This record gives sequence, structure tokens and C-alpha cells, in this order.
Amino acid sequence: MVTLDPLHALLSLQRALDRSFDSDWLRGSTTGGGTFPPINIFQQGDDFVALIELPGVSKNDIELQAKDRSIRLSGSKTVSFQDAASVHRRERVSGVFDRTITLPVQIDVERLRADYKDGVLALFIPRAESDKPRSIKIG
Amino acid sequence: MSPQELQVQQKRELEQKQEGTVPARSFVANADIYETDEALVVLLEMPGVDKSHIDISVEDDVLTVEGRIDFSKYQGLAPLYAEYPVGHYRRGFSLSNRIDQHQITAEMSDGVLTITLPKVEEVKPRRISIG
Repeated sequence: MVTLDPLHALLSLQRALDRSFDSDWLRGSTTGGGTFPPINIFQQGDDFVALIELPGVSKNDIELQAKDRSIRLSGSKTVSFQDAASVHRRERVSGVFDRTITLPVQIDVERLRADYKDGVLALFIPRAESDKPRSIKIG
Repeated sequence: MSPQELQVQQKRELEQKQEGTVPARSFVANADIYETDEALVVLLEMPGVDKSHIDISVEDDVLTVEGRIDFSKYQGLAPLYAEYPVGHYRRGFSLSNRIDQHQITAEMSDGVLTITLPKVEEVKPRRISIG
């Protein structure tokens, strides 16, 4: 869990992310790391949050589909220069993407919510009721 | 030609000359820079940065841009799986043209900052006649 000691909050977050690099949580997924766009996944209570960096991609150019345990994300990114411009530096890349992730848990597709802000797509992924852990009384 | 399939660009960690006062890593924002007759335009990718958390300064012909992410939204989130690091962004460029500092404009859209730096009207070349 990321705690919010104001001085060390960002450092703790960075360290927590470092520990989760190449974790095998998504191992069942067909596409691994290195596929665009990069995805970070967090647990929030019983549910999940996926944060996906898509700087320069317009909201209208993102397509999102969800079925069973899979979420498919596709779209395109364009980078344009004004006419009659001489280019000093070109590091940003344009192109298309199509990525499917398969989560290792049942998700409630009906209640899945997406929010796009400042070039980061946030997916709020509720775990299916049937998949939530239940505490069992020992009789 | 079919469109290029996008590849992940790994974030480059900022190498600082001096140790930062805050114990966290910062990253180099990907940049495009182009020049028109009137201005130099700098585009920087800073996903996760709100426009209120950007500092732009030009001093001694050096443009410095800093973007801070709002990491409070990570409160209560436990990482399960990570493919990219998170941190503030910083980048500086020495400017090849003289810039009109008072006319600099900037806008933020979908995590991309566009800075327009208008050039100072150059002194026109003077024709010298040989007497």
C-alpha cells in the first residue's frame, strides 16, 4: 500500500512500483511487457485500477472493449508539425496500437469505468462478486 | 503504407549534476522541437501532469521546464504489476534563437505541453555599398 508521508510519498511509490516490475500477476496474458501502451496495475480494496500512459493520444482515438477477463485497448497516436517548419528534434513517435490484457481474476465488465486525463487512461476494474474472497466460519 | 505499430519508449531517468533535495527520481520528457519563421515550438510529453503543476523558465538563453505529477491519486493503491516508472519530469534546452520572453505561451493537452517561444525580430542585414 502506498502511504502518504508527504516527504517520502513519491519515493515510496517509486520503490513499490520497482518491486512490481515484471511481476507475474499478468503472466496468463498473451502479451507481456514491452507492448504499447505501458500499463501499471494496482489493487484497491477488492477491485483493480489500471493506469495507462498515452500522452498525445486524443480521447476520441482510444477504443476500449471488455469481455470476460480481457480488456482490449486500441487506437492511434498522431504527431504533427506545422507546415514550413524546420525540425530541430524529433523524439515523439506516432503510430497505431492494439493491446489485449487478460486479468487473472473475474471482472464485472458491466461496472468497468474509464477516465482519461492528462494523457493517462485510468481503468477502474471491479472484481466480479462471484470472485471475491469469502471468509469461511469454522463450525 | 500501413501505419507504424507503436513501441514503448522507456522513460529515461534524469541525470542530475547535483543531488536533489527531494529523495525521488525524475524523468526526461520526450520532446519535439521545430522552428517556424516566427517562433520556436517545443512539445514535451508529460503524462500525468496537470497544467497547474508546470514551471517554465527562460534564463541566459536556457529553457527549463519542470512538470510535477500529482501522486496523491496513488493513495490507497497497492501495485500488483508495473511496466513504467512514475515521477516528475524535467528538461532543459539551450536556445539557438533570441526569444521574446514576454510573448512565450504554453498550453497543455492530453499530457503534451506545447510551448511557443516567439523569436525576437532580427536586425535586417545591411547592404554596404563600396564607394
